[in-house]
Amino acid sequence: MAVFNQSRQTTIQLIFAVVFVIILIRLMSLQLFTGKYEKLANEQAILRKVIYPGRGIIFDRKGKAILDNTTMYDLMVTPSQLKAAKIDTVTLCRILEIDTTEFNKRILASVIKNTRNRPSAFESLLSPEKYARINENLFRFQPAFFLQERPIRGYPYKAAAHILGYVGEVDSSMLKRSNFFYQMGDYAGRTGLENYYEKVLMGQRGIQYILRDNFNRPIGAYENGQFDTASVAGRHLNTYIDIEVQQLAEKLLTNKVGSVVAIEPKTGGIIAMASGPSFDPNELTGSDARKNFSRLFLDPASPMLNRGMQGMYPPGSTFKPLGGLVALDEGLITPSFGYGCYGNYGPCGRPKCTHAGGGHAANLKLAIANSCNSYFADVFRKAVDNPQYKNVELGINKWKQYMSGFGLGHRVGVDLPGEKGGFIPDSNWYNKIFRKGGWNSCTIASLGIGQGEMQATPLQMANAVCLIANKGWYYIPHFVKSIESETKEDTLLSKYRQKISPLHIPDSAYQAVIDGMEMVVTNGTARNARIDGYNVCAKTGTVENYFRGKKQQNHSFFIAFAPKENPRIAICVVVENAGYGATWAAPIASLLMEKFLNDSVAGPKRKAEIDRIAGVSIIPAKIKYERYVKDSIRQVKDSLLRIKLEREQQARIDSANTTMMYINEEPQRFPALPEKKRTIKTQTVFIADTRRYLVSPASKNTAA
Amino acid sequence: MNKQEKIGGGVDSRMVLLYYLLVITGFIAVFSVEHRSGDSVLQTLIELKKSYAKQALFIGISSIAALFILLIDSKFFTTVANLLYFFGILLMLLTFVIGKDISGSRSWIALGGGFNLQPAELCKVFTALALAKYLSRQDVEFTTFRSHLIAISITLLPALLSVAQKETGLALVYFSFFLVMYREGLPSIYLILGFSVIVLFVTAIVMDMVPYSIMIGAIALIASYVLRKQIKRNFILLFLIVIAALCTTSFKYFVDHIVFDKIMKPYQAERVLSMFGKSYVPKDAERIAQFEKDKASGKKKDYTYNVKQSKIAIGSGGFLGKGFLKGVTTQGEFVPEQTTDFIFTAIGESFGFWGSALLLIIYFLLLMRIITIAERQRSTFSRVYAYSVASILFFHVFINICMTIGLMPVIGITLPLLSYGGSSIVTFTILIFILIRFDANRQMVLR
Repeated sequence: MAVFNQSRQTTIQLIFAVVFVIILIRLMSLQLFTGKYEKLANEQAILRKVIYPGRGIIFDRKGKAILDNTTMYDLMVTPSQLKAAKIDTVTLCRILEIDTTEFNKRILASVIKNTRNRPSAFESLLSPEKYARINENLFRFQPAFFLQERPIRGYPYKAAAHILGYVGEVDSSMLKRSNFFYQMGDYAGRTGLENYYEKVLMGQRGIQYILRDNFNRPIGAYENGQFDTASVAGRHLNTYIDIEVQQLAEKLLTNKVGSVVAIEPKTGGIIAMASGPSFDPNELTGSDARKNFSRLFLDPASPMLNRGMQGMYPPGSTFKPLGGLVALDEGLITPSFGYGCYGNYGPCGRPKCTHAGGGHAANLKLAIANSCNSYFADVFRKAVDNPQYKNVELGINKWKQYMSGFGLGHRVGVDLPGEKGGFIPDSNWYNKIFRKGGWNSCTIASLGIGQGEMQATPLQMANAVCLIANKGWYYIPHFVKSIESETKEDTLLSKYRQKISPLHIPDSAYQAVIDGMEMVVTNGTARNARIDGYNVCAKTGTVENYFRGKKQQNHSFFIAFAPKENPRIAICVVVENAGYGATWAAPIASLLMEKFLNDSVAGPKRKAEIDRIAGVSIIPAKIKYERYVKDSIRQVKDSLLRIKLEREQQARIDSANTTMMYINEEPQRFPALPEKKRTIKTQTVFIADTRRYLVSPASKNTAA
Repeated sequence: MNKQEKIGGGVDSRMVLLYYLLVITGFIAVFSVEHRSGDSVLQTLIELKKSYAKQALFIGISSIAALFILLIDSKFFTTVANLLYFFGILLMLLTFVIGKDISGSRSWIALGGGFNLQPAELCKVFTALALAKYLSRQDVEFTTFRSHLIAISITLLPALLSVAQKETGLALVYFSFFLVMYREGLPSIYLILGFSVIVLFVTAIVMDMVPYSIMIGAIALIASYVLRKQIKRNFILLFLIVIAALCTTSFKYFVDHIVFDKIMKPYQAERVLSMFGKSYVPKDAERIAQFEKDKASGKKKDYTYNVKQSKIAIGSGGFLGKGFLKGVTTQGEFVPEQTTDFIFTAIGESFGFWGSALLLIIYFLLLMRIITIAERQRSTFSRVYAYSVASILFFHVFINICMTIGLMPVIGITLPLLSYGGSSIVTFTILIFILIRFDANRQMVLR
């Protein structure tokens, strides 16, 4: 055949060339100009696994681990293996106390979340009982089900919840604050020492890059692990906490609102800081952490509040030793200064005084021992009206400087997050309230007895006691003594190792005040705070307080240190709305000091005292009322739901006339206090079965 | 005629070189897919445990086959061309009786020892020979409609059988013979018509019914206006335009309701439509029911998974590639059928753009070389055969690579000489070496 079609050779070559050029252009756009594919490939094929090191352990002063790591177990399931292996679903459901519908729901959820071939948590953080029972029967459920270890924080002494804090999953705001150092799903210290020493405790996270296949199964290290980083375990903390004192403090605060702060004056190390009501810190780590958290969070008594450093109160009479120190330092009085008190501070008409006459304020010692209000109001007025400072405004500002020196009116700087600073008023503040010139030393005389506008935290008061005990100096109160293998880069502790002596009050002034505080125990207001074998110096306080303008039961306050000669413990105890300082706070402080000084509480009488105090419930009326309101609301909601269901069920019965009525005794409305009802158990009200309370109008009428 | 004293006499060394370049590239690619760090390569090769070991064996078998072909007299092929064609057809028919089911198509015959033969692959060679034989017959004038019809029948008979075997991909390859026939004088109208149908098909997919009809109407109006003088002279022309417009409009219906809903399987329809960014919505009642059922039970498979993974693998290669054995998509077995249909992804990921481009250039050089060889043949038989080889290779490369980069729907077609698989590699070896054999004594006139 002739080759007359030879021109078509070129056409065919052209077709080939055009197609190859199109393919090349497409390849260029895929490989050179579209960046997303590399990211997609790495996302699906490389797993970035974060290796969490064990967090550091926290030890108390005697080397006991009070916060360590324990292991709990997650029950994991691989849905794709369910069919192949014949699983005894019924047994499993029975152990986990779920029904088959729930079982199927969870399987479906894990398939959606993690695909069929990847294991996901069927039930996380098994309770010890469930774990034991599943472990026993695990052979029935393998290989679809298996148990996976999960390290969690454990609190072996079930105490010091407020100090130690807890770890929790980081939230979005924390992610941002940390500049995305943390990632979603990471755990970090949320409160307490866990939070403050997070950098020390957490150690260094390691990162592993793992290659995985199309079923998400790991197939080896990416690039032989050359991009991996090893994890470094968290470092331990040694603290000043005496866990047994802490436990005792929490026991004594059972069913009370208040706090205990005990500090070692020589070091500033905090021995115990308890806040009532408290809770078992293990509640926030285990399987019911979330449920427990919301319960604690919503409790009107705010058990999560660390009242030791976040509760602010007027210090009341416990302030008086400080007032005496100011006057002594300024040379306004001598220890022998006396005031003739006849039950009332004459020049201003108030405050009233517990005692009248009898020379109960014949000198500073006696005035402290008997806690004379008139004496210290007078001393306070002397200080602010000191002619040296021309007027009361400058006087109060100078006085505030003293307070600041005592560590009041600002945060002391404890190594816990969320500390409150208290409040000390100055001239500006009074000018705002009363306008300039509209106030004088009489107006503010109650400051002299620790009442009025001033507010301090128990921590601040305990710190002030340290200052008195040390005669003029203190270390910033703190928990942590040392960090394991500490280096120069650990600056967290440096501020706690500098002695602070802000005021230069002569030793003689301190000695006078200390003698007075000793007399409080020997023959003053707090004779029940005596400890055999030790000279205890103390001061009681009975703090008047108001809530929404209504006077409440007094707060019971107490400060003390012991022994007098060589102070080893300084303490401040507050029991809210409990009455006299000597009634509740003093015996609590006494027991705790004895426990610390002697390592135990001696004698059956003293042990009985512990049980007596622990057994008493002193919940303030306002909290009781709030609890009642909350329970009622819940009850009504629940009832309404039940009624709705009831109505739906009885749709055919004419239930239109059915009305609902509560036969619940409503406690007296706040703030009227139930008389002598301080020992009421404060459990939340049970949700009543409202069906019993469904009464038809007819029966209601007959009842009426 | 008996010029051949030595075996290598007249053999085109460039062809052999290109052939081995591709075969070795294929072995490297299959190796990179299957090899895992820690495997003993030698042991795997000896025990034939993995695909690349078998591939090495197939390459060996192919080389022996190539040697045999070079030893056989060229005339043998012209003589037995028709016989082989019928033998091939017979084999294909045989699959309906003793066929073995492999991934949904009954197109394999078991050979024993774990090896299978796909007659449709082999039939490409036989069809090429048969077409060459027919067109080189002295009594055939390739201008008559009758000769066109016979030639087309020869090529499309195996294609039809392939469709019946549910190997649509292989069937498409037989359309490559139109390029050969075009070279031999098939009027351009066939190619233009074919091309128009493809354009119309794509338009029908991309556009909705209403704008599509409006567009056809507008084109018809413009055509009538342009041809208004001719229409005045011959009124039938207008009639023809109207009929053409109606036909093209109903073509849309044909595509939507017949092609996708009746001819194609749902996954095929989905793959084709996904190319154009459309999703497949069945219109057939039975299919709608099945579709809803799958959707509700969450069983609906993602038929575009292959292409997505293929694009990820190739795209993530970048310019230089991730390096040999370092492709994470490949090592993680994310691309299905990676040793066979998607072998190009292994090259794309490991060696990047430069590697892919280099491979394309090798293929292009091979095709150009075959055309050069074709044009220097003295006999029509060897020329037609050479063009057949070029066309088949071109179709395979074109469709296979285009499907991996998302320019074509996924059709099960191998990448010549690279894809794992004995049938494929042996077939292409035979195909190419018969051509080299013909070329070795190109001065001879074969019929």
